[in-house]
Amino acid sequence: MNINYKKDGATLLVTLGGDIDHHTAQEISDGIARSFRHSHCKNIVIDFSGVNFMDSSGIGMLIGRYKETEIFGGALAAVSVSSELMKIFRISGLNKIIDCYDNARLALSALRGE
Amino acid sequence: MKNRFEIEFSALSQNEAFARLCISAFLLPLDPTVNEMSDIKTAVSEAVTNSIIHGYEGIGGTVHMSAETDENIVYIEIRDKGRGIEDIEAARKPLFTTKPDCERSGMGFTIMEAFMDKITVVSEKDKGTKVTMTKKLRG
Repeated sequence: MNINYKKDGATLLVTLGGDIDHHTAQEISDGIARSFRHSHCKNIVIDFSGVNFMDSSGIGMLIGRYKETEIFGGALAAVSVSSELMKIFRISGLNKIIDCYDNARLALSALRGE
Repeated sequence: MKNRFEIEFSALSQNEAFARLCISAFLLPLDPTVNEMSDIKTAVSEAVTNSIIHGYEGIGGTVHMSAETDENIVYIEIRDKGRGIEDIEAARKPLFTTKPDCERSGMGFTIMEAFMDKITVVSEKDKGTKVTMTKKLRG
């Protein structure tokens, strides 16, 4: 699992690569939570363009990050969610609490209020 | 033509990806769509993860997985000899989890049910759990 972080104003952009399952979810959760705390950001954008697979372990991981952004009055957004991943977003209701964008530029613009 | 495989592997989290790889390789000759393959891989991942986390509670054991294809119908069985499920009906409800502190969503069975045509769960306390799933490939 590859995780890259980039700060853009009040938003932490997280780019994930690989599979999100029970084996990797904890590492991703811990990594994003730690970077988010240190970043002093209020929003998180997760770029899924490099994610090949996600099961329900990803749902718990995303709800955890959503709650953290909520504490700071921020938002969690998702980028490049494939049709396969979107099925899981819809079944779990994640799509109702996480805005999805085609690319990172659009997500970052929206969170800047542009 | 019927085809079948059976494997067993240690109940370790790194074997979740191994189980997905096995079912993918087995089904590839049937030429499933990307969505069908993704659905089946996800359902297998959920059942195997349940065995590892809940069946053996992370202390290890053996997970058995077998699959059979008959024309375009796929049958998959995943079983463990773990602690079993006390209340199967409750476990199959969306958002039900016995591990709320571990960022578990409680959506595993819901996803299996949504992604496969049929699933059956047989479980006995302290004896183990067997999940059987069926899906017809429509192409």
